[in-house]
Amino acid sequence: MAEVLVYVDHVDGAVRKPTLELLTLARRIGEPVAVHLGAGADAAAAVLGEYGAVKVLAADASEFADYLVAPKVDALEAAYNAVSPAAVLLPSSAEGKEIAARLAVRIGSGIITDAVDLEAGAEGPVATQSVFAASYSTKSRVTKGTPVITVKPNSAAPEAAQAAGTVEQLAVSFGEKSTGTKVVSRTPRESTGRPELTEAAIVVSGGRGVNGAENFSIIEALADSLGAAVGASRAAVDAGWYPHTNQVGQTGKSVSPQLYIAAGISGAIQHRAGMQTSKTIVAINKDAEAPIFDLVDYGVVGDLFEVVPQLTDEVKTRKG
Amino acid sequence: MSLRIVVTVKYVPDATGDRHFAEDLTVDRDDVDGLLSELDEYAVEQALQIKEAADGEAEITVLTVGPEDAKDALRKALSMGADKAVHVEDDDLHGTDALGTSLVLAKALEHVGYDLVVSGMASTDGGMGVVPAMLAERLGVPQVTLLSEVKVEDGKVTGRRDGDAASEQLEASLPAVVSVTDQSGEARYPSFKGIMAAKKKPVESLDLSDLGLEAEEVGLEGAWTKVDEATERPARTAGTVVKDEGEGGKQLAEFLAGQKFI
Ligand SMILES: Cc1cc2nc3c(=O)[nH]c(=O)nc-3n(C[C@H](O)[C@H](O)[C@H](O)COP(=O)(O)OP(=O)(O)OC[C@H]3O[C@@H](n4cnc5c(N)ncnc54)[C@H](O)[C@@H]3O)c2cc1C
Ligand SMILES: Nc1ncnc2c1ncn2[C@@H]1O[C@H](COP(=O)(O)O)[C@@H](O)[C@H]1O
Repeated sequence: MAEVLVYVDHVDGAVRKPTLELLTLARRIGEPVAVHLGAGADAAAAVLGEYGAVKVLAADASEFADYLVAPKVDALEAAYNAVSPAAVLLPSSAEGKEIAARLAVRIGSGIITDAVDLEAGAEGPVATQSVFAASYSTKSRVTKGTPVITVKPNSAAPEAAQAAGTVEQLAVSFGEKSTGTKVVSRTPRESTGRPELTEAAIVVSGGRGVNGAENFSIIEALADSLGAAVGASRAAVDAGWYPHTNQVGQTGKSVSPQLYIAAGISGAIQHRAGMQTSKTIVAINKDAEAPIFDLVDYGVVGDLFEVVPQLTDEVKTRKG
Repeated sequence: MSLRIVVTVKYVPDATGDRHFAEDLTVDRDDVDGLLSELDEYAVEQALQIKEAADGEAEITVLTVGPEDAKDALRKALSMGADKAVHVEDDDLHGTDALGTSLVLAKALEHVGYDLVVSGMASTDGGMGVVPAMLAERLGVPQVTLLSEVKVEDGKVTGRRDGDAASEQLEASLPAVVSVTDQSGEARYPSFKGIMAAKKKPVESLDLSDLGLEAEEVGLEGAWTKVDEATERPARTAGTVVKDEGEGGKQLAEFLAGQKFI
């Protein structure tokens, strides 16, 4: 069976959920071979094997952290040459897309980004994408070279399927042009203890209606009662009420949770672009005419300062 | 020597319009007004600020690959303060995908000459956010992308990239490809004087043969990907909307419980 390269997104060997989704999707096309760059390959291999990786190609070098993107492209290219895969899958993160873009140029292959589903087809993998702020759904495929495809988080439910997950060292030589952009310093984000926005099953977002940084505690309280991640509209982010890393939308994160709750958000097209593929959508807005109500499964026309705390209390009561 | 800055800008259908596909499954540009991609306005703005910081010792060229109407996008950028424009226009470009676009842009950049390329973070229509990385790869120069802050000094570009896991400070020597996010600072509005001046600024037109490219390398035929199917998403079935009469939160909880979220 043909092999499929899967780029592993991890933090020091702790594999992130989107990678398990990629492994699950990769199995529809062939045998997943994981590519692990940086420290922690042995720890990661156990999980990668559990989700179907027959092999884990591992490379660790300081270049991966010291320079932007390009060294990882060198490594993926080395893996590509070692395996001759049927496809290369990466997560649709900002970095994942950039690695994919450069790899596609380098190996002379077509690229598809932001797939929300993937299946085997007679002429290679078929990717489903959601375009124009999710008003259209398309099916596409790569017609030249080895398909390079990035997949959005929450596109598939990870399914375990034990495979060997044997770690093999991958030899990588870094091109002179790959060390052009130095990472001079790196300030890691502080963890909030809440689920990762793009991976969360439930997202609670606040917008301009939240009316102040201090009031975001109302949104956070609801999120915590549900075990959810917190999101924000650009209006709330631009006002300085919540960090940009939590922005949902065209220029923020694209989320696709089981449940999306929007409070004090009007539902502008750029916001919808980042949340419209959510399974169930709920909104609280005091304006009955707000466009967000066109999307909802359930909406409450009302003041979020009344409705949200009442909902939080009720959730807590019901959960005991 | 003065710094040669080239800003890549895209002409896109208005996102607030009713965008759809044409019969050949390319983006239909006929029914929706086009404009300079808002995310590329940020790139023009940063180029202008870099020029100002260099006491005007820079020349800003705006470059687009697109249909006849794409001149509007160039005019807008010129009226914001760019110095000149280059328009790559050719009937054979219809249906070009990201790989093809990056190929044409790379050839055009080599033709024009550059020390610094400034791009937007993504185009507001296709929105792949891949062209800047592809340009860096094709041109063989450093990629300094997704910056929320950028500075050019002594032949070096530095900037801050706010990633998912960390905020990074980056540095590279020129020539380089930079892309900037919408966090980099609001773009200026063209002044009346700027709009008048833009009318006299030079716009150079190039076609594929000027760039030494063949029709088969680009366009729908040359594309590396194919859209087989595009279906309009069925409108979400109308949900229940209730007015809060004091029990709105509880009603919502009831709904969530019914859906097994609680
Ligand atoms: C290029 C570009 C990219 C963009 N990218 C993004 C993006 O990534 N993400 C994004 O979100 N936006 C983005 N935007 C901005 C977008 O167009 C909207 O301006 C933004 O989403 C509005 O945020 P909002 O809904 O919070 O604010 P508003 O549109 O002002 O809506 C606030 C809502 O809150 C309601 N409200 C007020 N008070 C209360 C209350 N007490 N209780 C209940 N409801 C209340 C109001 O009725 C209103 O509907 C982008 C714009 C551009 C041009
Ligand atoms: N046809 C084009 N002409 C000029 N620049 C473009 C074109 N397409 C993309 N770009 C540039 O590449 C950036 C990212 O685009 P994309 O990869 O399409 O999301 C844009 O913000 C532009 O700066």
